[in-house]
Amino acid sequence: MFPTPIEKTSRTWQISYQVMLPIVLIIWLLPLIAVAIFSIKPDGDFVEGNFWGIPSSFEGFTNYGKVFFESDMPRYLLNSVMITVPTVIGCIILSSMTGFALGIYRFRGNLLIFFMFIAGNFVPFQILMVPVRDLTLGLGLYDTKLGLILFHVAFQTGFCTLFMRNFIRALPFPLIEAARVEGVAEWRIFVFVVLPLMKPALAALAVLIFTFIWNDYFWAIVLTQGPDAQPVTAGITSFNSQFRAAYHLMSAGSIVAALPPVAMFFLMQKHFIAGLTLGAVK
Amino acid sequence: MSASVENRSWYKRNEIAVTPWLFLLPGIAFFALYVIIPIFQSFWISFHEWDGLGEKTWVGLGNYERLLGGDRKFEVSFWNNVKWLVLYLLAIPMGLFISLLLNQTVRGIRLYKSLFFFPFVISQVVVGLVFSWFYLPGDQGLLNVVLGTIGLGPYNILGQPGSATYGIIAAGLWPQTAYCMILYLTGLNAVDPEQVEAARLDGAKGHKMLWYVIIPQLKPATFIAFVVTIIGALRSFDFIAVMTNGGPFGSTRVLSFYMFEESLSEFGFRMGYGAAIAVVLFFIMLFFITYFLWSMYQDEKGAR
Repeated sequence: MFPTPIEKTSRTWQISYQVMLPIVLIIWLLPLIAVAIFSIKPDGDFVEGNFWGIPSSFEGFTNYGKVFFESDMPRYLLNSVMITVPTVIGCIILSSMTGFALGIYRFRGNLLIFFMFIAGNFVPFQILMVPVRDLTLGLGLYDTKLGLILFHVAFQTGFCTLFMRNFIRALPFPLIEAARVEGVAEWRIFVFVVLPLMKPALAALAVLIFTFIWNDYFWAIVLTQGPDAQPVTAGITSFNSQFRAAYHLMSAGSIVAALPPVAMFFLMQKHFIAGLTLGAVK
Repeated sequence: MSASVENRSWYKRNEIAVTPWLFLLPGIAFFALYVIIPIFQSFWISFHEWDGLGEKTWVGLGNYERLLGGDRKFEVSFWNNVKWLVLYLLAIPMGLFISLLLNQTVRGIRLYKSLFFFPFVISQVVVGLVFSWFYLPGDQGLLNVVLGTIGLGPYNILGQPGSATYGIIAAGLWPQTAYCMILYLTGLNAVDPEQVEAARLDGAKGHKMLWYVIIPQLKPATFIAFVVTIIGALRSFDFIAVMTNGGPFGSTRVLSFYMFEESLSEFGFRMGYGAAIAVVLFFIMLFFITYFLWSMYQDEKGAR
């Protein structure tokens, strides 16, 4: 193990390490801590210029209550859920199929198609912006959740295919051959042999895509406008113009907007990290 | 499955050859419609003048001539992109450093690792907002309060054209460092303990051990960190839109932001010009994409 395990070092170093950890962590999370403090302060503190002092009273409930009951925030949150969940499902279905095809079969163009998915996934969003916006307008889906969902599913399929294909590649191939010898139809091999083995990959992708889509901002402002369809990342900017310079409310709103993926991460940490490392780093 | 060969349907006879294409069809169709074809459409649009609604007017290379022939905004954006690229790469050594710091087995270390990773999970919009409040001028921003205690500042980081871009990049480095950290933590887990012990017996210590034994074994993690950091740097948009909206005086624009501004801003829809900017950005990215794919291809060949 590197660096040298702390148990094997001198007592002084052990203690200083233990003391140092929380300090470094607090410095690391300082911007976030600042926002958390903002969000429980009363309005008056900001007027009086008490930005960083001790809050003169605890107004957490008032501030968060305002976010939930006196703004469009709940609508934006609901929109985010209604965009994110179908996207995750769509991506998983499409990419488990493409991943299966590219991971199991040998045919001409296999690697070419695989690389097409990867390359497309790396492309800058801006080169897709004008045509995709045009296409969405043409389909009558501009400013709808479906318009965003369709694009997200298509775009994320690139990344998901990369992930799924590599995962399926690593499965024991004799299993599939044995099924073939038994005369099992290919689609049944997919459903009954490969899919059950893919559970960890499916979980990893689901959390990861959830976070990506929830946090998307660019496509939200390109393909939607207004509280009917906009997800929370885009909504937060209009929320902020509603409460201009009301730092206590803006920070409470930001925390609410950021929370779902954070919760997802803490609940599904293992899968999340497996996904982020693209399965390439074991 | 006892049917004789002649009775089997065409599908049955060709099952192995046909199945992959059936499985690929929906994925490819979707991906082509929303990703592959739009790339070519953007190329086509970039040769036109177009407001997004009316007729397109063919201008040939006109947009590119304007763009590369001394468009100040383009030059500023391009050089900001270069700054992003270079400075964003700092996330890799910083991530490695934190991962080495946390690669221990003391009590509660798992929670520490998660909390250090935390910034990456938050949306860039929120990170941008958080940092813009952190940077608030005068004694309103926590940064200035902290700097004040050691006798520095106050600075108005986002308000000065000279420092605004660096302030935004610093905000971007925060989640990106967390990402690199987690890549390296997983990588460090896979480092062969026997090699480390052997090197230790040979007297390797500290930075020598790190440089000659550990880092070579972290190569896969470094590769992925490199890929995601480069792409992240060239995709930077959210931070800029949220923190400065391109200002002050347009000093924080990058190509992705300038393109958005030209195509969809209140000053009118110049889709053709925007598409031309996007094409330039695409070619910058293509340079890296080619390198990534080439590396992956080498791995694929090795795996066979």
